[in-house]
Amino acid sequence: MEIAVTNLTKTFGSLRANDRLSLRFASGKIHGVLGENGAGKSTLMKLVSGFLQPDAGQLEFDGQPVRLRGPGDALGAGVGMVHQDPLDVPGFTALENLLCAAPRRAFPSRAMARTTLTTMAQRLGFTLAPDTPVGAMTVGQRQQLEIVRLLACGARTLILDEPTTGITAAQAQALFEALRQLAADGNTVLFVSHKLDEVAALCDTVSVLRTGQLVGEQLPMPQPQQRLLELMFGERIVQTSGQALLLAGVTVNEPPGVPVVHPGQDERSSEASPTTPLVWQLEQVTAREGMVRLRNVDLRIPQGRVIGLAGLDGSGQQLLLRLLAGRLHPDSGRILVNGVDMTRARTRTYREAGIEYLPADRMRDGIVGALSLTDHFALLQPAGITVDRQVAVQAARDAIAAYEIKATPITPLIALSGGNQQRAMLALVPDACRGLACEQPTRGLDVASAQGIWQRLQARCATGCSVVFASADLDELMAYSDEILVFFAGEMSALLPRATLTGARLAELIGGVGFERSAP
Amino acid sequence: MNQLAIDLGAVLAAASPLIFATMGALLSERSGVINLSLDGTIMLGAMGGFTVALVTSSVPLGFGAAALIGAAIALILCILSLTLGQSQTAVGFVLALLGIELSSFLGAPVVRVPGPSVPFLPIPLLADLPIVGVIFFRHNLLIYLSFLLVPFIWWMLFHTRMGLTVRALGERPAAAFARGVPVTRMRYLMCILGGALVGIAGAAYSLDLRQGWSYRHTFGMGWIALAIVIFGGWRPWRVAFGCYLFAALEIVALRSQRTMAGVPTQVFQVAPFVLMILVLALVNLVSSPQALRRIASLPPILRGPVAMLVSRLAVAAPAALGQRFERP
Repeated sequence: MEIAVTNLTKTFGSLRANDRLSLRFASGKIHGVLGENGAGKSTLMKLVSGFLQPDAGQLEFDGQPVRLRGPGDALGAGVGMVHQDPLDVPGFTALENLLCAAPRRAFPSRAMARTTLTTMAQRLGFTLAPDTPVGAMTVGQRQQLEIVRLLACGARTLILDEPTTGITAAQAQALFEALRQLAADGNTVLFVSHKLDEVAALCDTVSVLRTGQLVGEQLPMPQPQQRLLELMFGERIVQTSGQALLLAGVTVNEPPGVPVVHPGQDERSSEASPTTPLVWQLEQVTAREGMVRLRNVDLRIPQGRVIGLAGLDGSGQQLLLRLLAGRLHPDSGRILVNGVDMTRARTRTYREAGIEYLPADRMRDGIVGALSLTDHFALLQPAGITVDRQVAVQAARDAIAAYEIKATPITPLIALSGGNQQRAMLALVPDACRGLACEQPTRGLDVASAQGIWQRLQARCATGCSVVFASADLDELMAYSDEILVFFAGEMSALLPRATLTGARLAELIGGVGFERSAP
Repeated sequence: MNQLAIDLGAVLAAASPLIFATMGALLSERSGVINLSLDGTIMLGAMGGFTVALVTSSVPLGFGAAALIGAAIALILCILSLTLGQSQTAVGFVLALLGIELSSFLGAPVVRVPGPSVPFLPIPLLADLPIVGVIFFRHNLLIYLSFLLVPFIWWMLFHTRMGLTVRALGERPAAAFARGVPVTRMRYLMCILGGALVGIAGAAYSLDLRQGWSYRHTFGMGWIALAIVIFGGWRPWRVAFGCYLFAALEIVALRSQRTMAGVPTQVFQVAPFVLMILVLALVNLVSSPQALRRIASLPPILRGPVAMLVSRLAVAAPAALGQRFERP
């Protein structure tokens, strides 16, 4: 179906999230919508799918003006949206999720729903079992389930908001295949992303948003990357082209997937010698958490290194990070930090030894949303009855200046954007930190914010701190790691020097092709 | 043997008001609204239901009035919390206190006045069956309804589309909204239906189980009902089991009072409550993260069965219970 918007405007307070957008998405095609974080992509999509109501402007589906009072109306008219965090019910099984509040004509009975689920999943190349609880599925599978649900409920236009965040490369490939197939069947697909290579690989046309305005309308793909970057980032890129492109984490005139080479990094890789003191040393460590387990891990991480952890979601990366940070005790084996045996030590002892942990879920495990940066610094002060607010405010001011956090010392952290929250979390890591275990340090951040985070991390490495990070983004792993550990099916590879790897080889290893467990 | 059957029948009868109250609370909490006013609602329902039945000499009208009172209190809770965004806990608690005091004040004229009650209605033929007849079929209509209510609520929640929607409201209202469910309106509906059931529970006391009205006639039963819903893990059958367990404890306490004359009577009055707290604490202890870690360190042979037992016992509350939903 064809979707047209005319002069669509949506404001939040003083922010014009969408400013008089006029666009037309033809049917049977995959349309990319590009833009930085905060450019207004999600807002536009939520307006089209009925989640938000426009302040002004007009929506037309197949030439008919529509007024959507909610997502139910939009789905009734044939438009369905898959959110970045799929809106499903974790306590339900896949089948129950499909049936929940679905129109009766979509699934006359439970048995019919089961048939629909299996046949549609099979046709689209998805791996979905009807009786699996959604809570036990990966983000990729939950996305697939949402797609099946929306299609079964009559969607002829699918909107996907940053669908490749948090899913594996293989799942992304399956998703792309399915989307191509859907478009070939005459459906319209709107694909929202800030990743140029994905848009280039998938989309027929691309539209670019910047600060709520349309700067590129329905450009036919392929487009030169530089042109898209200029549209996305605006003047910044035009002024200092080369540097800004580096800032965007993308190399021009090279196919996507080729790592960005950062000056100075290669020298650092070669400078690690066997005499460099070790931050972490794992000896024959065996540990398990839930279904995931690691067996007989031997690992030596010297000072000042960046170690990337690669692998499909839940292959053991998080387990290793939690072991390194002392959040989980091994079943057997020894863990030495700075040469001291800390196998059974408490988290506090780890922190006193200079080991810090940055979890992936910032709002849940990382920061206290309602508290400000000042409050967080006050919490870091040594135990006592009172806190010194003056010192805390000063520390917050310093952190805001040093980490370019867009906040005041008293802004509650929940009010900050993702990038600012991540920088705030990093600012809270004490200078004395010797080892930093981070899970997905740049998850959900745009390229500029991600680059900023990495500059900070690398600055810390220069002072001898070691960083171990898990990421699902191959480019990030290749760009910043000195060495990479690949996890596959509960096994861990040896430390692979980055120089010996290519993006393609790494992708193969993650998929288990030629994977070799580290020597036991 | 026959005495045991009579006792079991008495337990089923004694639990009937709790069944109505807990199923009402369950309905409301499954949709994500926590109605803490239960104690006040039951008391106002008991008082109002009895008064109306007395004045009109009609027991059904008494129950109707009690249901309306319960629904009205739930409506107040909904307006204040769902529409005006106040804390469900705070509003519910205040409504509980209000209901308790108001029932004492308004109910003063009917204190210890004899009034009508639900007529005894043994079911022909079935009531004459040995044992089974004594346990199940020599009661009144209200108690038969309480037998039917549990399977009905279970069927509604787990085997109908409506039930799926209600559970989605309690688990993740945003997901329900995305599916086109009018979240706030549905929560109103469930909370008000639940409130009506709780009101009926009040009348079940004053018109059947503890006939008549007196100062703080049903004091504490609302809180017990709330606790039983938690203990039952928001599952109808387990909640019903909790109700019958509590009723059985009450009856055992009553019997022991006669046989152990040396023990102060207060001990027996309080015993069911204490036991209930112990059971609750135990259930929550098993499901705590520390316990899970301890299970993980058990020898492999024990780990599986123990983990399964714990996961059966420990059920998480509806994830969005007590949370406000604002449409984006």
